[in-house]
Amino acid sequence: MKRRTLLQAGALSTGAVVFMLGLGWWQSRHSDEAPSGTLPLPIDRMSFALTDQHGDTVEAADWLGQPTMVFFGFTWCPDICPTTLSAISDWLEELGPDADHLNTVLISVDPERDTPEVLGDYLSNFDDRITGLTGTLPQIEQAAADFRATFRKVQSEDNYTMDHTAGVFLFNADGRFANIIDHHEDPRYAVPKIRRVLE
Amino acid sequence: MNRLLAATLLSLVSSPVLACDAVQLGTIEVEQAWSRASIGTSRPGVVYLTIRNAGTEDDALVSIDTPISGMPMLHETVVTDGIASMPHAMEVPVPADATVALEPGGYHGMLMDLTQVLKEGESFPVTLTFRNAGEVTVPVSVQGVGATDAGCSENNG
Ligand SMILES: [Cu+2]
Repeated sequence: MKRRTLLQAGALSTGAVVFMLGLGWWQSRHSDEAPSGTLPLPIDRMSFALTDQHGDTVEAADWLGQPTMVFFGFTWCPDICPTTLSAISDWLEELGPDADHLNTVLISVDPERDTPEVLGDYLSNFDDRITGLTGTLPQIEQAAADFRATFRKVQSEDNYTMDHTAGVFLFNADGRFANIIDHHEDPRYAVPKIRRVLE
Repeated sequence: MNRLLAATLLSLVSSPVLACDAVQLGTIEVEQAWSRASIGTSRPGVVYLTIRNAGTEDDALVSIDTPISGMPMLHETVVTDGIASMPHAMEVPVPADATVALEPGGYHGMLMDLTQVLKEGESFPVTLTFRNAGEVTVPVSVQGVGATDAGCSENNG
């Protein structure tokens, strides 16, 4: 009975149900140390290792020497993730060959469902310069901690969705954090922000 | 899916009504209802549309229903302190003399438990229930996986 009541509450308040059910395994264990507004680490101080859609291991150091654009999401996300991926595809198209040497990366926050194959299949619908990364839950927690990003699983009946950091992170070629493109940012400002790290 | 339901859906898919056309319900007008193609049926689908209330009384969209989803709901994507979440929306207010959009990154119809693959170029019906105006069924056109609008000509200008 108590559980049923909580599940109903979950339909109203997805955030609250995570807290109340206390099923905290998916929560980034570093989230307490990473208050919102804290900047990501420089890439050369990141320690994550993840797997891309081709099954290859990618570590932070692999990105150094080229500017980098990273965002968090998951392929079961019907609204904001395809919208962000479409926006990024548009930006890359506008930048043209200038963006060929930009590391453009989606890090999945849903390791249960987003295998490398699933990511590859999904990303084939968007600009082919976008790399998808996934891994085990601890690996993704490490990546989130490196970026000072957060994610959590929100269960509702037999489905779940993921809350996650929405911004797009930009880094210079030497790994220094440069900027964030907000989820609602006017596209006219997004491309100039990317150009600044490409220079 | 049983055969009767499949036949019904097939006939709806071949409906000549265009999703870009406005559907009228009293002083409420619904147009540009669109969705994205699905990869299989395990991921939730989405519905976006535009509602105009030309009347003098406030109304609200209180629920959606469609045969292609076992669990359709109204959701709103909200970004709080940089974190995106997608809570259930009890209703979408449609004030008098106003236009309200279910659009990417905001309100959306969330279609859990898809009963069929949503293919680009096809359409499916969604029934909207308004608190005052009642029910209306509109055709939803399925756009590409990466679409960001209904693909109607007035939207492209
Ligand atoms: Cu949703």
